[in-house]
Amino acid sequence: MSLLAVTLTEGAVTLALAMATVALFLAFYRLVRGPSLPDRVVAMDLIGTLAVGIIAAYDIASDQPVLLDAATVVALVAFLGTVAFARYVERRGRSE
Amino acid sequence: MSEILCSALLVSGGLFMLLAGVGVARMPDMFMRMQAATKAATLGVGCMLLAVAIHFGELGVATRAILVTAFVFLTAPVAAHVIARAAYSVGVPLWQGTLCDELREDRRRARSADDHNMPEGNIPEAQEPDGSTSESDAKTT
Repeated sequence: MSLLAVTLTEGAVTLALAMATVALFLAFYRLVRGPSLPDRVVAMDLIGTLAVGIIAAYDIASDQPVLLDAATVVALVAFLGTVAFARYVERRGRSE
Repeated sequence: MSEILCSALLVSGGLFMLLAGVGVARMPDMFMRMQAATKAATLGVGCMLLAVAIHFGELGVATRAILVTAFVFLTAPVAAHVIARAAYSVGVPLWQGTLCDELREDRRRARSADDHNMPEGNIPEAQEPDGSTSESDAKTT
C-alpha cells in the first residue's frame, strides 16, 4: 500500500510537470508571436505564474520544502515586473 | 488518503495550468487571453500549493504554502487590471465580434461633457444619472 501510494504521488507529479511544461511552451509561443506589447506582458506574467506552480510540483518531487521560498520570490518578481511593464506601456502611449 | 488527495490536487492544478496555456495561445483577443491566463493559472497555482501543504503535513511548510497562495490570489487580479487598463488606453484592438464596449461609451460621454458644456452636450442626461452628474460638474467648472 505504501509503495503504491508513493508511485501514485510520483505519477501525479510527473503528469502535472508535463502539463505545466506544455503550458509553458504555449505561453512562450504567445510571447514570441504576440502582435502587441501587452500580449507579451500577459505571456510574461503567465510564465511567472507557471514557474511558481512548477517549483511547487518539483518541491513535492524532490522532498525539499525549502524551495517554497524561491516560489515566493518568483511570484513577487513576476507581479512587480507586470506592474512595471504596464506603467511603461501606459506611459509610452499610442505609438504602436 | 492524503496521498490520493495530494495527487488529485496536483493533477487538477496541472490541468488548470494547461488550460491557461491553451487559452493564451488560442484566444482571439488580448483581453480574452489575459483573463484566461489570470484566472486559470491562479487556480492551478493554488491547487499545486495546497498539494504541497498536504504532502508535507508540517506547520511551517503549510504556512509558507498558504502565504504564497494568498499572495498569488491577491496580486493576480491587480496585475491583470493594470495591464488591461494600460492595453485599453494604448488602443489594443478588440475582437471583431465584440458586441458591447461600455468603457468606450463612457469615455466618449465624459469627453463630450468636458469639451462643450453647451446645451447640446446633455444628451446623456436623459439616459443615466452618471452622465448627468459629470455634466453638472463640467458646468460648474
